Amino acid sequence: MATSPSSPAPLLTLRRAAKSFGGVRALRGVDFDLAAGEVHALLGENGAGKSTLIKIITGAHRPDAGEICVAGRTVDGLTPARAQSLGIACIYQQPALFPDLTVAENIGLRLDPPGAGRRVDWRARRARAAALLARTGASLDPEAEVRELSMPEQQLVEIACAIGAGARIVVMDEPTASLTAREQERLFAVVRELRAAGVGIIYISHRLEEIFALADRVTVLRDGESVGTHAVRDITEAGLIKLMVGREVAQLYPPAESAPGATVLAVRGLGCAAAGVRDVSFEVRAGEVFGLAGLVGAGRTELARVLFGLTPADDGEIRLDGERITPQSPRAAVARGIAYVPEDRRRHGVVLEMPIAENMTMAVHPRLFPGGWLRPRAEKDLALGFIRDLAVKCAGPGAPGGSLSGGNQQKVSLARWLATKPMLLILDEPTQGVDVGAKSEIHRLIRRLAKGGLAVIMISSDLPEVLGMSDRIGVMRGGTLTAVLPGGTGAPAVMAAALGQGETQGAA
Amino acid sequence: MKRYFREISVTLALGLVLLGLAVFAPAFYQPQPLLSLVTREAPTLVIACGMALVIICRQIDISVGSQFSVCSVAAGLLAAHGWPLPLVVVAAAVIGAGLGAVNGVLVAGLRLPSIVVTLATMVTLRQGLNLLRQGEFVNLPDGVQWFGLSQTAGQWTLVGAALAVLVACGLAMRHLAAGRWVYAVGTDAEAARLAGIRPQLVTFLVFVLLGALTGLAAMMNIVQSPQVQPLAGAGLELKVIAAVVVGGVSISGGRGNVWGAFAGLLLLACVAPALTHLRIEAYWEKAIQGAIILLAVVADGLRSRPGKGGRG
Repeated sequence: MATSPSSPAPLLTLRRAAKSFGGVRALRGVDFDLAAGEVHALLGENGAGKSTLIKIITGAHRPDAGEICVAGRTVDGLTPARAQSLGIACIYQQPALFPDLTVAENIGLRLDPPGAGRRVDWRARRARAAALLARTGASLDPEAEVRELSMPEQQLVEIACAIGAGARIVVMDEPTASLTAREQERLFAVVRELRAAGVGIIYISHRLEEIFALADRVTVLRDGESVGTHAVRDITEAGLIKLMVGREVAQLYPPAESAPGATVLAVRGLGCAAAGVRDVSFEVRAGEVFGLAGLVGAGRTELARVLFGLTPADDGEIRLDGERITPQSPRAAVARGIAYVPEDRRRHGVVLEMPIAENMTMAVHPRLFPGGWLRPRAEKDLALGFIRDLAVKCAGPGAPGGSLSGGNQQKVSLARWLATKPMLLILDEPTQGVDVGAKSEIHRLIRRLAKGGLAVIMISSDLPEVLGMSDRIGVMRGGTLTAVLPGGTGAPAVMAAALGQGETQGAA
Repeated sequence: MKRYFREISVTLALGLVLLGLAVFAPAFYQPQPLLSLVTREAPTLVIACGMALVIICRQIDISVGSQFSVCSVAAGLLAAHGWPLPLVVVAAAVIGAGLGAVNGVLVAGLRLPSIVVTLATMVTLRQGLNLLRQGEFVNLPDGVQWFGLSQTAGQWTLVGAALAVLVACGLAMRHLAAGRWVYAVGTDAEAARLAGIRPQLVTFLVFVLLGALTGLAAMMNIVQSPQVQPLAGAGLELKVIAAVVVGGVSISGGRGNVWGAFAGLLLLACVAPALTHLRIEAYWEKAIQGAIILLAVVADGLRSRPGKGGRG
């Protein structure tokens, strides 16, 4: 590890930091260091371990193994309070301020000396708030209520807190995610000023151009491991992308067997201002798995919700089986033959308190129960059919949904939607939080469904999954579909499209 | 068995109380006083059925007492104007349904929290009634009390009607798809919506149903005396909600049934006569009822909550 010669001891050093959650190894022995007066970018795909690393540095998570040194001294049992007193501050994407209090009060809450009984010196509070805000270049009224501030203004308040606390290590987690270009420039100016004052900054961003504009060094994480730290001037964008994805896609995915048939879904210029989706055009054919890749927040789930009528479209057209439709509600979408297996199956998929059979029939009441009378036999038969078909491991159709493992819950959720006999099946993160065995089972299931003539849209943040399962891959970025790549496209090209690189060349 | 643990335990508790009374206070079982006791509780049972549905739907309505008073006075005035009795019964239910619809629109349509909405309607209805009527009693014409029947026949009619409502609600919740929707919406409204169920419509309708049943209950109450008391519904909401919660309907929605609410109501209703027959001072009634409610709520709180685990 080369440390820059100007600073004898780095501000912060992590050695072999490791952290597991349940059976998932989020960090597997990462080395990381931060020098005074540098901006050190942290880069990686969704789930590469960036957040975990940050939370270890801020004391929110205790590492299972490894060592943390701050200013050359080893720190044991770092807590958030201890981290703060050591001069570590974190500015999150969503500022954690109290919306009903003023800017000065918010800053005061962080910086005033502790003690519930002390008198508040309002005048000093205001004066300090004004001084700190001035240092960030913000022209904010210390007496303004935080709820009236924009997101970037709130970020500046957070930065003012960090400065006021005398932070020497500032972590910024995707600070520009919701900023306009001008706000971004102002933020950069503040970051550069902090750097000039000798503060070390850990900067997380998905936007490569920012890293090249701002950072001195960059560390790339992949699957919980550091795959290298480089000086920004020594590396290219293509090199960074390669580092981020540079693994071979494992051959665990079932091969595509079906030749795609007729076009089932055709979307032209689809948009929905409320959902932040604009100008999306693509087609999905029967028997095809259309993968939707993109970073978290790129608008994939939002697109699915527009197609399913949850946030009805206000622009463009949707054609299902050649017929123009405008789904205004999930009910209408289901009636048309669209099914949507939502992302968060614990919250909106399987109803944990309900028996499996009731869960499976929830979306087909009108068909299964004509006249509104429940038919327990029909319900049980349908449930038993799916339990057998999808190999759901359960005590029986009467067992509550909550008694199942994650993978089996996902199958129940899938069964509910297959029961509607859809033409188009939209799967949102179908294998999230599912163990490896169940995952490949679900993959085989998706393949089988496609083979049976279903058009499948599969949203996934798991890049290997998208690459392995998709016949074609749509890549979303900033609420729109920026590229449609053929199946078998390499990970770097998909990642480049997701990051907004090489849009002009198509597949880079 | 495990699924109906709460209902079974309430029924067992009720059985124990009844058994204890049989041993220590056999006078409790004299037919006429017992029939009177049951008749007095009949209107409460009808409201409790509606309330059970509202609470299963993860809502609450604390304005039922005021709705009850308004319906009572309105029905009394209509009867005094010479409307035929069957029409008055229908009118009471329709007025109640209208009041329930107001709550329903505010809760389901505007998505306001039901506790606040019904607190507001509770106060508004009560004060509005006071303002209009100044607490005046309504004298009912002849032929209204006990529907013009003998007292015993009237009492049996009321008890029969209340049991009919109970059975209808119980069967509907079990055998109609609509009953399933109430449970689904109360457990997870978003999942229900994704499945094509309309949570707002279901929520609106349970409030309307509760209102209609409250109107019916008001009618069942006024026929028991020659005059309509404008404050008849005061405090009724607490009694009804307590019965429903004691009967195993989860205040956080999604579970319970009207049968449990029935057992809960009887259990609470037995406290006062039991004390009298056991010669314990009546001051203890509220304390014992409170203890029963507390026990029920604690039992709910201790029930395992499967949704609580972290992300895997």
